[in-house]
Amino acid sequence: MSSNPVIRVNDVSKKFVIRKDKSLKERLVNARRSRANVEEFWALRHVELEVDPGHTLGLIGGNGSGKSTLLKIIGGILTPTTGYVERRGRLAALLELGAGFHGDLTGRENVYLNASILGLTRAQTDLYFDSIVDFSGIEPFIDTQVKFYSSGMYVRLAFAVAIHVDPEILLVDEVLAVGDEPFQRKCLDRIKQFQHDGRTIILVTHSLEQVRQMCDRVLLLEAGSVAVDGSPAEAVRHFREVNSEQDHVEQAAQEHLLTITDPRTVDGSGARRTTYPVGATLGIEFEVSGESTVSDWAAGVALTDASGLLIYGTNTVLQNIAVAPIRGTRTVRFRFDQLPVAEGQYFVTLAVHPRMGPDYHRIDRAMSFQVENTANDPGVLALTPKIEIE
Amino acid sequence: MTSAGTQAQPPQARIPAETGSVLQRVNAPRSFLSGFGATVGEIWQYRELLGNLIRKELKIKYKDSVLGFVWSLLLPLVQLGVYWLVIGKFLGAGSIPTYGVYIFCGLAVWTLFSEILSTATTSVVNNAGLVKKVYFPRELFPLAATGAALVNFIFQLAILLTADVLAGISSHRWPDLTKLPLPILGLAVLVVFATALGMLLAAANVYLRDVQHLINVVLMLWFWVTPIIYNVRRVSGTLPTALYALYLLNPMAPVVFSFQKFFWPQGAGTSYEFDGNVYGRLGLMLLAGLAFLWLAQRIFAKAQGNFAQEL
Repeated sequence: MSSNPVIRVNDVSKKFVIRKDKSLKERLVNARRSRANVEEFWALRHVELEVDPGHTLGLIGGNGSGKSTLLKIIGGILTPTTGYVERRGRLAALLELGAGFHGDLTGRENVYLNASILGLTRAQTDLYFDSIVDFSGIEPFIDTQVKFYSSGMYVRLAFAVAIHVDPEILLVDEVLAVGDEPFQRKCLDRIKQFQHDGRTIILVTHSLEQVRQMCDRVLLLEAGSVAVDGSPAEAVRHFREVNSEQDHVEQAAQEHLLTITDPRTVDGSGARRTTYPVGATLGIEFEVSGESTVSDWAAGVALTDASGLLIYGTNTVLQNIAVAPIRGTRTVRFRFDQLPVAEGQYFVTLAVHPRMGPDYHRIDRAMSFQVENTANDPGVLALTPKIEIE
Repeated sequence: MTSAGTQAQPPQARIPAETGSVLQRVNAPRSFLSGFGATVGEIWQYRELLGNLIRKELKIKYKDSVLGFVWSLLLPLVQLGVYWLVIGKFLGAGSIPTYGVYIFCGLAVWTLFSEILSTATTSVVNNAGLVKKVYFPRELFPLAATGAALVNFIFQLAILLTADVLAGISSHRWPDLTKLPLPILGLAVLVVFATALGMLLAAANVYLRDVQHLINVVLMLWFWVTPIIYNVRRVSGTLPTALYALYLLNPMAPVVFSFQKFFWPQGAGTSYEFDGNVYGRLGLMLLAGLAFLWLAQRIFAKAQGNFAQEL
């Protein structure tokens, strides 16, 4: 393959005009004030991008950052306000699975219709038909109207059609999280096979894990501009930093029997930190105070990752630690030597509660800390393998 | 399992316009005057999809209904019966020979015309899901509406021919085959004109949803200014000459005449037949219709860049 790019985005900007009145009546009635009913905003500003063949590019960013708009402009569905896009080779867009499906048609009829929408001829669809049905795994229902399908069957069939289009450039927008787990694995395998075949993939996703696993280059968009264009680790780290600033869960002030105050993460020497290298010592400390004497109490912590997955949780009851009745303020310290988690952002949830019954005080995502790694190994654990080859 | 799809080597040039090793500009701007040809070429490449979209329209329309296509026949037949009874008998327009055949010549083409316009107008909006997610020439939507209406027209034509046979047996007057080019030319005028107008309305409806309601009102008015159930000679006798000339500029008028000339032989030579030059009018209308189609497509092409965000 030559080294010239398959996609070149030249200084693309896209302006959306939002009109709030849609009918003729509203326009006539509001004719004088029509300026007030028009809102403009730039979904993309001066985006420059070149994608070389065989690469997998991830587009990440918050909601409304322009990821999907950029993907649609590359796909030719939207026309940019200024600038232009050039590309070569066949393109298929998995923008929304089953967009062309019609509930009243049978699975078979929809396969043919959707395949021709995605650019397959009838002869080619005939050729792939068995393989499409096979991949979707819904053979017994292929002659049933798709409105009777479960949502899982629907997306399975749609995905099966889409991956048989066999494009040189594949645009994927948030569609990989479909079906049950075995099917998801099948889809990811198929995407990986696409990568091995040297095809170019552009992927829009909110799953940073997926980005780290699949992409070799990531574009982070912020308010329509390219904030970071680099390695997955770099872009993901930047994205998380931006996010954690806005991510404090506010708790309404309430009367508690026991109250948690001053939560903090500290390193091995007891100094406050929020960034740790892989394998460092992590301490979680907080103060618990009560007005009256409370004898039935326990303290717990839970660690979750950025997606909300529980990494680890424990409390004084589970650890069989006897706690003395509390009055006034006490300090609770949890300490983890050699935290074995991979790079990422983690959140700490704190709670004080009786042995049975509702929490006295609980702070979800009370604080966050960052684990940094120089290696690019994918996965959720930081392991240090010894590799020998004989 | 995963290799199942790659066993068959995919043929090249699946979407011919996009293959090639040179970078090509996406949605390259086309000049207003010369872009028509390129679009026609693109639509030709997508002809298979057009066929599938037409099939979809037809399948969906009568899916799950027991009588299916019979409904397409029933509406014009009921209309025919009502007009024949009320206007022909009660109001006494029955002096027109074989009045039933006379009305149906006009009703058949009018049903086609109004079906194209009303379905084409909503075609882009109703397919919003596709417009926002996949790229192919947007012109396919109004064209598919036209295609589906043409298929339904075949049934109307079958009724018309049956009526001709029945009327022929009783009156011994049969269609004159030398006049066959007339309805063919008339149909061409109708399709060109309705497609152009439908394309324009489809684009307009994306921006202003009032269009889909407006078109029904306009179609109702248009029906009555077209000589379908009354006789054109009464119009020429009633209207002043200038207004009558204006009345005949209605593109549907010569289309109806062309069908009456061929499918209503009982009227040939009588004082109920249109006495003007139908060939000449059809020819001029076809030229005007083609120019209109070109203009409508160019306007559609300009508007379509914003479809995905307006829907």
